Formats: sequence, structure tokens, C-alpha cells
Amino acid sequence: MQSVWTLLSWGPEGWLDDIGYGVFITVLLAAATLPVGLIIGFMVSLAKQSNEPSLRLAGNIYTTIFRGLPELLTLFMIFFGAQIGIQRVMRLYDPAATVEVNAFVSGMIALGVVFSSYASEVFLSAFRAIPKGQYEGGYSIGLSSGQTMRLVVLPQLIRIALPGLANLWLILLKDTALVSAVGLTDILRQAGVAARVTKHAFLFFSVAGLIYLLLAIVSSFGIHAIERAVGRQEVQR
Amino acid sequence: MSVVATDAAEVERPPALPRGWPRHRILGYALVCLWGAFLAGIVAYLVLAWNGELFAKYAPSYMTGLGVTLLLVSISIVLGAILSVPIAYARMSKNRVLSGLAYAYVYFFRGTPLLAQTFLVYYGVGSFRPQLQAVALYLPVVSNWLAVPLGDYLPQLDIPLGITIARLTLWDFFREAFNCAIFAFSLNTAAYQAEILRGAIQSVPRGQWEGAASLGLHKLQTLWKIVLPQALIVALRPYGNEIILMIKGSAIVAIITVYDLMGITRLTYSRTFDFQSYLWAAIIYLVIVETLRHGIEWIERRITIHLHR
Repeated sequence: MQSVWTLLSWGPEGWLDDIGYGVFITVLLAAATLPVGLIIGFMVSLAKQSNEPSLRLAGNIYTTIFRGLPELLTLFMIFFGAQIGIQRVMRLYDPAATVEVNAFVSGMIALGVVFSSYASEVFLSAFRAIPKGQYEGGYSIGLSSGQTMRLVVLPQLIRIALPGLANLWLILLKDTALVSAVGLTDILRQAGVAARVTKHAFLFFSVAGLIYLLLAIVSSFGIHAIERAVGRQEVQR
Repeated sequence: MSVVATDAAEVERPPALPRGWPRHRILGYALVCLWGAFLAGIVAYLVLAWNGELFAKYAPSYMTGLGVTLLLVSISIVLGAILSVPIAYARMSKNRVLSGLAYAYVYFFRGTPLLAQTFLVYYGVGSFRPQLQAVALYLPVVSNWLAVPLGDYLPQLDIPLGITIARLTLWDFFREAFNCAIFAFSLNTAAYQAEILRGAIQSVPRGQWEGAASLGLHKLQTLWKIVLPQALIVALRPYGNEIILMIKGSAIVAIITVYDLMGITRLTYSRTFDFQSYLWAAIIYLVIVETLRHGIEWIERRITIHLHR
């Protein structure tokens, strides 16, 4: 029977290096999803606060679908659906083609659409908190609508949306665990492998849980730093 | 006089802006058309891929799966609600140790993925098998059944005949994946519900407590008759969101071999390789979530009717 510390050591005997790789993958996936989700979410929120009813409708359909589906189902649909779809297209040219869809990319897409549908709601409520006079002031000093958005509205929008977005980042970090179900070697997958090999399931899944907790704590420090930096800008003006 | 007034109104009304086709309207129509084409494509796919035999074979198991999902979620939500009361109490208590413990509990369950918690219970509990087997309960259990067939369209009627005393251990409980899921989900949702409850109670102004105290109501009466009715209005929407999150989150039990809606879907897909198995599940989940969301909005409109003017 190996001791707990041997099991948790770095190297061929222990599993810490494997779990460390899982942490890398988890953080990479979350970090790669974040900009995608933010950009799509911002664009969807722009559509949802527009004067044009058809744009609002399109944005609302997007949110309704991806907020209503379970994340795991979205992930499976993208993982298997993309595989079938791409394979169909490939078969038109090469009848023997088989396609393996990358788990990382499909995880990124699935988490990205879920994240963006929630983020669009956060941005939308932030847009509603900005008074109309800010836009009118921007136009009256001769800024174009793009400039008004970039120079006047966005800096305030970010400050208002930040707490909501920080919350979404923590949810995203937790949701990456789902990608282990389609075979990506993230924290949970590596812990599961270690548990199966060593028969110390409780130990390794507790370690996985603690690592997620640690990531959340580190993120909340980062979020505080960003909030302070953004807040300081406001004081200076 | 009145004729003059209507004339003036007609004259002074500014001309309607030309509707035209600005860029964002073209984009909006294009996007809506895209969505329409996408949804029509899905409907067309479901119609073209319609296979009566397959449907007849798997539709009942989808309904069973839906039942398992709803059972799992409702048991977990109720157990979590019961468990959340002492946690919320501890979280608000002035005792540092008590509130610290409750905070640690809440932080752990909100900071780690539900999937990791479920794995921890389902796989991890095997590490404590001897200890769990030592804890035993002696319960009367139905030992044999008389099955009475009721024809082709009714489920058979089971009549209990014999009862024996069985030794049931905690291990027998945790051996079932469904029980593990209920255990993990209840602990998880208890943490979230405790925070909802605490936030709602603290949103009621202190003056309400003081006013009730000055009228001679004791603490429990104040909580029950004054504070909770106001707090639950605030808590309704978060509670609804929590139920929706649980329904969506419960899909992960498919990974630990519980045949809920998602589990049945995966089983069907692995047997038929037919993508429509996922689409049907998506439709069912969307319908449940949207129904719940609108139901909660309706309830909220009803119970806040006295706040609107």
C-alpha cells in the first residue's frame, strides 16, 4: 500500500504531474472560451437592446435556446452533431473519410455559446443602467455612434457589468469539468484515471475538488484586482 | 372650436419617419431568416428521419427518463430546502465558529463543479465501505409480490404478500447511483438555497424586526408572520432559477449510469447512432425550462400585485 504522499507526489510514482497537466488544460479551456463568449455575448446584447424588433427577436431566440438547454446536452450535440455533419460533407468527396472532432474545440464552442447567452443578459442589464443622456451627450459633441459606444458607453458599461461577468467566469471554470465527459484530459478526468488505477477514489476526487476551489480563490483575487483598477479610473476623473 | 383643435393637431404632428431599410434592419431580418431556416431545418430533419418503429420503441423510455429527472430534482430540491434552513441560520449567527463553518460549507459546494461532487460521492464512497457496512438499520421489507396482469394496456398490479425484516446498511444506500446523485445534489442545492434564504431575509429592513418586537411579537412569530412573507417575494425568482439550474444540472447523472432523460438519450444514441435522439431530449428540456420560467414569472406577477399601482 503506497502512502498518500507518494500518490500525490510529482513523478512516475505519483499523480501530481498528471493532475497538474489537467489543471493546465482546464485553465486553458476556460481562458480560451472567455474572449469568444464575451465577444458573442456583447454582440447578442447589442442586438437585444436595439430599436429594431427583428434584431431583438434574433437575440432572444439565441438566449432562450442556449440558456434553456443543459450544458452537457449542448456539449454532446456539438461534439456528435459536428462529427456527423462534417463527415457527411467529407463523404461527398471521399467516401471513406472519417472525422474525429477535437474535444477541446467542441468544448470551447459549447461553453462559449452557453457563456455568451448568460453574458448577453449581464451586458443588457448594464446597458439599461446607462442613462440615455450619455449617448445624446456623445452625439451632441459630434462623436459618431461607434465613437460614442467606444469612448463614452463602453468604459461605464464594463464597470457596471464586471461583477456579473466575474460570476460568469467562476461558473465557466466549473462548467469546464463537463468536457471530461467527452474525453478531454482536464482535472476531473485525470483524477478519475488516478482513482481507477490506485483505488483511492475519495482522495483523488477530493484533491480535484480542492483544486477547483483553489482556482476559484485565485480568480476572486484577480477579480478584486481588476475591480480596484477599474474603480480607480473612476476616481481620477 | 373642436374642429380647429383637431386641425391644429393634424398640422403640428411631425411627419412619420421613413421606415426604409437601414443596415441594422437588413441584418435583423437576415438573422431572423437564418434562425427560421435553422428551426425549419430541424423540423424537416425530424420529419424526414421519422421512424415509427424507433419512436414506438424508445418514446416510453424517454418518458421514464423524464420521470426519473423530475423525481431526482424534486427530491433534491425538497431535501436541500430542509437542509438549507439550519445552514442559513448558522451563516447569520453571531457565533464566529458557527458562521465560519457554514461559510466554509457554502463556499465548498458553490466553488466546486457539481460533477466533481457527484463523482466524489459516487466513486469516493467506496473507500469507506467497511465503515458504511457497519451502520445498519433493521427495516421491514416486502419480500414477495403477487403480480396480477391487467391486460395489454395497463401496468401489472403488484400486491405485497410477505414481509421480512431486512438488515439494511448505509452501503446498501450508497451502492445505488440514484441515491448517490440525490445525496450529492441535496448537499449542493442546500448550499445555494441557504444563500438565497439568507439574502432574502437580510433584504428585509431591520425596522420590520424592531417594529414587530415593539408590538410584543417574539422572534419566531416575527420571522413567520412579518419577515418571511416579505423575504419570500424577494426569494421567489432566485428559487425558480435554482430549480431550473438543478433540472439542467441533473443531466450529469447520466455520466454515473443513472437513466434519467439524458441517460436514456445517451443509451438511445449509442444503440441507434441516430442524432434525432439528442434533438428530442433538447426539445423536452427546452419545453420544461421555458414552462417553469414563464410559470415563475406569472406567480411573481400575482404575488406582487399589491406592490404595483
